[in-house]
This record gives sequence, structure tokens and C-alpha cells, in this order.
Amino acid sequence: MNISRRLFLGGTALALTTPWVSRAAFAADPINIASIYDLSGGLEIYGQPIDACLDLAVAELNEAGGLLGREIKVQKYDPQSNIQLYTQFATEAATSLQASVVFGGITSASREAIRPLLGRYQTLYFYSPLYEGGVCDRNTFCTGSTPAQTIGKLMPFAVQNFGKKVYVLAADYNYGQISAKWVRDYTEQAGGEVIAAEFFPLDVTDFSAAIQKIQREKPDVIYTLLVGGNHMSFFRQWAAAGMAGQIPIVSTSFGGGNEHIVLTPAESDGVMAAFGYFQEIKSPTNEAFVKRYHAKFGDNAPYVTEHASATYNAVHHWANGVKKANSLDRMAVIEAIESGSTVEGPGGPSTIDPKTHHCATDVHIGKVKNHSFEILESYANQPPADTAAVCDLVANPNDNQQYVIE
Amino acid sequence: MDYFLVVLFQIVGTVGNLALISVGLAVIFGMMRVINLAHGEFIMLGGFAAIFSTQAGINIWIAMLVVAPLSVALLGVVVERLIMRRLYGRMVDTMLASWGLSLLLIGLATTFFGNRVVGIAAPVGSFRVGGYSLGAYDFVLTGVAAVVFAGGYLLLRMTRAGLIARATMQNREMASSLGIEPSRVYAVTFAIGAGLSGLAGGLLAPISGVLPTMGVAYVAKAFITVITGGASVVTGTALSAALLGSINTISTFLTTPVVGDVALLLAATIFLRLLPTGITGRIFKGAP
Amino acid sequence: MNSPLTLPAICRSARAHVALAAIATIAAIVILPQAAPLYTLINVTLYLSMGVFALSLALLWGYGGILCFGQSAFFGLGAYAYAIAAINFGDTTLAAAMAMLVPAIFAAGLGYFLFYGRLNDVYLGVITLTVTLILFKLINSTGGDAWRIGTARLGGFNGIPNTPLLTLPFSRVPLTPAQMFSLAAIALFGVYTFSKGLLATRFGRAVIAVRENEMRAELLGYNARRLKLSIFVISAAIAGLAGLLFANSVFVSPTMFSLSMAAQVLIWVVVGGLGTLFGPVAACFALQMGTTALGKLGIVDPNIVLGVVLIVFVVFVPGGIQPALANLLARLSASRSPAGDGVAREVTR
Repeated sequence: MNISRRLFLGGTALALTTPWVSRAAFAADPINIASIYDLSGGLEIYGQPIDACLDLAVAELNEAGGLLGREIKVQKYDPQSNIQLYTQFATEAATSLQASVVFGGITSASREAIRPLLGRYQTLYFYSPLYEGGVCDRNTFCTGSTPAQTIGKLMPFAVQNFGKKVYVLAADYNYGQISAKWVRDYTEQAGGEVIAAEFFPLDVTDFSAAIQKIQREKPDVIYTLLVGGNHMSFFRQWAAAGMAGQIPIVSTSFGGGNEHIVLTPAESDGVMAAFGYFQEIKSPTNEAFVKRYHAKFGDNAPYVTEHASATYNAVHHWANGVKKANSLDRMAVIEAIESGSTVEGPGGPSTIDPKTHHCATDVHIGKVKNHSFEILESYANQPPADTAAVCDLVANPNDNQQYVIE
Repeated sequence: MDYFLVVLFQIVGTVGNLALISVGLAVIFGMMRVINLAHGEFIMLGGFAAIFSTQAGINIWIAMLVVAPLSVALLGVVVERLIMRRLYGRMVDTMLASWGLSLLLIGLATTFFGNRVVGIAAPVGSFRVGGYSLGAYDFVLTGVAAVVFAGGYLLLRMTRAGLIARATMQNREMASSLGIEPSRVYAVTFAIGAGLSGLAGGLLAPISGVLPTMGVAYVAKAFITVITGGASVVTGTALSAALLGSINTISTFLTTPVVGDVALLLAATIFLRLLPTGITGRIFKGAP
Repeated sequence: MNSPLTLPAICRSARAHVALAAIATIAAIVILPQAAPLYTLINVTLYLSMGVFALSLALLWGYGGILCFGQSAFFGLGAYAYAIAAINFGDTTLAAAMAMLVPAIFAAGLGYFLFYGRLNDVYLGVITLTVTLILFKLINSTGGDAWRIGTARLGGFNGIPNTPLLTLPFSRVPLTPAQMFSLAAIALFGVYTFSKGLLATRFGRAVIAVRENEMRAELLGYNARRLKLSIFVISAAIAGLAGLLFANSVFVSPTMFSLSMAAQVLIWVVVGGLGTLFGPVAACFALQMGTTALGKLGIVDPNIVLGVVLIVFVVFVPGGIQPALANLLARLSASRSPAGDGVAREVTR
């Protein structure tokens, strides 16, 4: 009984007014799918909009008649930002619920915890948050952006506009470590130089030493790959030291955890980020999407992050596969998705790349101003070139690993 | 040269910070031999009190320096009444019960305030040292810490209340037979200790933000600082904060924050092995 | 309440307990893999590994009188030792031995530092806590590529998600979930029996004597420091075994070293009853199942429940469940002296 309260209330209201119609629409058993996102604990702030967009996508599919004439039923698991629960819930979703597909994982750590399990139990898996790239696994589809798409555009932009000397601050786990290497790579390609890279465990809240070191090194631009609530202290202490606006800050993580909403404009204005999606994108598709989102979840619904919009795309990619295969069989759905799937998502078209199981998407650079992003640049249809350089699932369907840039 | 000065300022800031987050725990442990593992959550609640009252329109200084300590001191009175009073003299049990309290407070804060960081802007600006820009707020923290420690020292040394507190601390039965009510002394001490933790939380809110689970990061550091300090509440805590804070800052500047933390912990471990009763157990014996 | 502490009396009750545990273990191994769904089986395996972990501290704290705040250090070390060795050797049998050996050696060094420095109660607690925090911070910051031992990447915050599963000796086929379950059940039973047996030996009783009064034990000619060091090392090896089992049912990650892991095991021992063996295991099972169920329901924050349970037990049921139940039983059948673990019902704290 883990249907979210929101969905449940909405559902009852509908059922009360039109009891027979909603029953009659779906004759057969529902299709069980599972979602595993942190809806409490430290990662809640990432999980809430993701969860809302998953609900929205599923509701849209059900309103259009479901899949194969059956209703889609989401079983939600909340791992409470605890990796141990991820493995337990993934096992339950695969073995006990026998879910047709699992959408789940926010941090790369949680993905790597459940990906092998879902492979072992032969359950199709979609990972939607943006990440460091390189996952090459036929059972897994990744719909979020990867470094080649975002860093590959942001770095030339930064070097061109601000200068060649780059100082990197990153979270100390595989996302930060690997992304920092990509930053170095793309900085050098753009003719710049990374003069220092510092890594901070997720529980660090004191950045004063780093702030002094940055002032000593005098970089032209700072690249942050900081993650989570504790790391927001960097921006507070940066502003408190009177440094806000002194050195431009660019990022491919800022905003993913609502940083631009939580921090004051004095602390966050001017930070630039590159993502596959911003809620502020001006396009008819996105404006309609945001309208539907607020109609369903109210005006105070959380800011839609790239993680969330890519989750919306993920559900529709899966639905495309099921429709095309006309079956829920795992291999049939995988092959159907591989044969081509494009979702007109809120951030622009998202197209599956069959070789890597990643998506080509539009990429945008935005700048924070008074709690929202102003879009500065947009780049259409960027391929996941980082993963594509090492991974070819068409040639090696049994490959199953995460490639890491050396 | 400027950089050297900046590092020196930073050391002062870190020492003040460490002293401030430890003082509440030190008062409760030093006076009552109660290890309060809910200390970190008292800090967290002080932070929330400061932020919510600022958002409600109260002046930020009053919110940090008055509302935060008072509200947590009030909580301290309740906790002492309901839980701690039953456990005096059972050190391990007080530790476990306060651990339970810590989990309970994290759970309650998560349920009612949500598990997300809230923050307020620092109320003071920055100043320049040569080519460097530093936050002036660190000095506010260190200044408050200095005032608290000096006040504590004078209170214990010079006043009648301090005399009573020291007497109860040294020999409970004797103090009791001289007409002092130990349970009242304990209740007041616990409330003061809790209030000081709340003060630390209120003052930290602008620079670190407040999160229901933030306490964990502070309790271990404070715990280690207090134990390393030894028996004397004021002198011991101040000395060990100075020692550990300097080691932490210098190693952080030379390497990374992780190595800085590890150096602090390692120094405390070796120190305790050499002086098993803390700094003031051996060297500055008898100072309050 | 002064039951005679003669050796036959202890053996008689201990034997009965072991026999009961043996029956329960065999029944579980025969029935559960047939009857329970895979998911339940995997979860119960996890609880069993935590039960072994609970026993390691029940033995050390309840009988050795040593309050170790950092029992999770040995738990984590065992798991990491296993994972690193298994990745490097390609064979898991030797790696499994490493899971017990490495924590034992580490405990021998740390214990020498602590006990021969005559550190006691709270100071001992602080140092075990700081050592655990150091390990946690260090292992958490090994995310970079440079951090590898042989071919095994330490992985920092992520841990080692592709922890190799145990195989039978000289075989390459990983154990099935049912086999893994049986192994965990046998391990729990084995550790329980071993602890019972150990406490009935001369060594075990000397350890209890040291807990009761260290100076008196020394005056009687026992080497208290060596006894404490020995039980510390034994407990570390058991915690390492628990880490090995945990690594096989979840995977190896720095959270194994975390403060909350160290706290959990303390809570189990307090709730189950200090100075008992069965109680902590039962408390461990009950609380684990409780928090998982709460997480799925999402009504109450699990921290609230855990916190209230801990406070209530410390304040109102200071002896824990097992002695409380035993007392109740004893009162019901007034003639018999209370059942329990015989030697160590009443514990001075």
C-alpha cells in the first residue's frame, strides 16, 4: 500500500465521481512497476520532484488508456537515503513484486548498489538522474545527461568568457571524482588549465580553508561539482567572505538539489549551470508541461530539476518500448527501445542511442537570478559522446560495467 | 606574509568554533558526569530556533543570542525532569538514554521541519587582509566564545553560585549535608548546558545552514574536545579546543579537510593515551 | 536470587539452550528456503548476519564489561578485508578467513594500546569511537582512482558494490540465496554455541571475574589486561564474521563503519539485556524488522521509534528484555530460580 497520498487522494476523488468509467477502462490486471527514490532523509530534496514527475508520466499514460489495455500501477519504495534499504527494496521489487520495470536510484552510489541486483534478477532498469557517464549494461537505460553533453558545452563557454585558469571543487565520491576528470579533459580541449581540484566528503560543512586557498590561487573561473545540503555551506561562506560575484562560478550540479531556491539571491545570483533541462525553458512543450505539473501538484510543487524531467522521459521511453513490442517481456522491450525511441520531453527531444542505452538531448546553460535560472545558451541534440567512445552494446551485448575515464 | 596572517585568523576562528560547540557538553559532563549524546541535536534545535524566529521578524542578533539559548534551555529543563533525573550516577545509562533522545529529536525535527537545509544570511560583512577577503563572522563566533568562557570562569571562581556548583561537583553528599539541594543544582546546570548548546546552534546557523541530521557532525568533535580537556570545565575545554583546533586548521590548510579531521582525531587518541585523564587531569589541576 | 554458580549448573542450563538453538537452526534451514519467498529469505539472511554482530558486542560488553563504542570498526574491517581479498585472490575461502583475521589483528594492536595503557570506561569508549570515526573518514575519502589495494578499488563513499559472492571451496559457482541463508544460520548458531562454551570455561569465568572486580581478579593472580585483550580480539573476529555475512547479503560500503551502525548494535544489546546472549539477537531481529516495515509504511520516522525504545528501555527496563522475561517466568513458577544465562544476570554498570 505504498501509493503516494497525493495520487491516492486524486484517485479517490476521481473514483467517486465516475466509479464505473474508471473500472471499465481497465479490464485486465494492472502492470506492476516499481520506483525506488529517496523520499525522506538527506536526499529527499532530490527525490520529491523526481517522484512527482514519475507520477505525472504514469498518470498521463493511464489517462490515455494505459499500456496493452492495462493500468500501470506504481509500487513506491522509500529507501530513506539509506543504501542498505536500496538493495533490500530492489530485491523485493524484482523477486516479490515481479515488477516489469524499476525506476530508481539518485546518487551514483545507489545506482551501483541496485544495478547488479536487477541484472541478476533480470528486471529492466531505468536510471534517470544526470551522472558521470560510462554505464554500459544492456539491462539498464540512462536518460539523464552525461559529462560530454553538459561539461563539454559549459567548459568552452567558461574558458571563452572568463579565462583559462579553472579551480575545481567536487564532492568526494565517484560522481565528483569522475566528473572532475571530465572537467580537466574538456578544459584542456578548450585551451584552459585546471590549476587545482579539491574534493570534499558529503559531510563537510566548513569551506573556509578552501575559500582562502582559492583566493591565493586567483583562478579565472571556479567549477563546482558539490552535492547535497552540507555543501551549500560553500556558497554561504563564499558570500560571507565577501567573494560573491568576484570570481565566476560554473557548475553541473548547482540547481539539481534546489540550491538556487534554498540559498539567498545574494549567495547564489550569478552562478551558471549546464543541464539538459531547466524549468524556465521557453518552449510550447515545456510551458504546457509545467502547467500540467502545477495543475496536478499545486503551485508550491518543488522546482522541476533535470533529474525529474529525465525521469518523466524515462517512463515514456519505457512505454514506447512496451507499445512497440506489444509485450512486457524484458528482452522484447529492450529490443523495441533499441530499435528507436524518441520522447518529446519538456527539455526537448530525448532520443535513445542503441549503442550506449543513453539519450541524446538538448543542453542549456542557465544563470541564477533571484531564485530562478535565466537561459543563456541552448545546444540542440547533444549525443552522449563520452559513453559512446567506450561502449557499444550492439557489438558487445554482454558488456556489463561502468567505464571510467583515465 | 598575508597568507600566513590569513591562516592565523583561520586558526583563531576554528578554535573559537570548536570551543563554542563543546562548551554545552563540557558544562553538563564536567558538573554532572553525564555524557549528553543529544548535544548535537540541542545545537540543531538552537539553529532552527534562530532561523524560525528570524523569519518571524525578530532581529537576527536577538534570535541568535537570546531566543536560541532560551528555547533550548527550556527543553533542557524538560529533559532533565523526565529522563536524566532518574539516571544520575549511572554514566553509561545517561549516555544511552541521551542517545535515544538524540534519535527521537532527529526524527521529530525531520517530521515537523522537513529534511532540508534552511539558512539565513550572515549578519556581518567581510574585511580585507592584503589581497584576501575574509568573513568577519568568524570573529563574532570567537568573540562570543571568549565571552562565554571568561564569564564561566568568573562565575565559578567569584560568585556564591559558582562556589555551590563547584562544591556539588566535588562532593555531592557533603554539599547536600551543608544544606545545598543537589537536584536543584543539577537541574540548573543541565539547563545552562543545554542553553549553551542552543547558543552555539543559533550562532552556527548563518554559516553552516540547519538540517535535522546536522548534530552528528558536531557531537563527536565536541565529545572528544571535552574528554581531552579533562576535569576542569572552563580551562580544560578552552585548552583542548586551542590544541585540537590548531592541529585541525593547520593540517587542513596543508592538505585536505579529511586529513584535517583525521589529524584532530588522531591527536586526541594519542593525547588520551598519554594523559588518560585529559589535560587538566594532570597539568592544570584545580582550575575550574 | 542466589542460584549456585557451580560448573554443572551452568553447563546444564547452557546445554539446554544450545540444544534449543540447534533445533531452531535446523528447522529454519529445512523449512524456510522451501516455504518463504526469495525476498524474505534474503532479508532473513541479512538479519542473521546482524545477529552475529549483536553477539559480538553482547559478549564483549555484557561479559567482558568493555563498552566498545566502535564495534562497527571491526564489522567494516571484516567486510573490506573479505572484499579486497576476494577480488585479488579470485577465491573466496581464504578471503573469508581474512574477514576474521584482519579485524582480530587490528583489535590486538588497538587493545594492546588501550588495555596496557590502563584506560577505562568512558575513555575507552571515546578512543574506540574516534578510531571508528577515523576509519570511516578515511575509507570515505578513497573515491579516487589512486586508492586501490591490488586490483580492488576501495571506491570511497560508494564502497565496493560488486563484492564477490562466497563460493564453496575450490569452486567458482556463487552460493545460492538458500545456501547463503543456511550458512548465515549455521554461523549464528556456531557463534552462539561458541560463546556459551567459552563462558563456561575457566577463561570465560576469569573474564567475568575481571568485569565484576578488576582489582580483586588481579589480586587472585589473573592477568586482567591479557584477559581483556583476549576477549576484545575474539569479539573483533566475530564482528568480522558478521561483516563477511553482511557483505554477502548487501555489499561493502563505508556506512558499515558509521556511527549509526555502532549505535544500532549498542541498542540491540541494551534492549536485549546486558549480560545475556539470546536477548540481543532477539532485539536485533525485532528492531530490524520493525524499522524496515516502518520505512515501507512511511507513517512514522523510524528514528522516533528507535529513540523512544532506547529511552524507555534504559529508564524503565534497565536489564533488557531477556532478564525481564526471565524474572516474569520465575515469578510465575515461583519454585524455580530464574532461567537465563546463569552466570551473568546481574550486571554492575
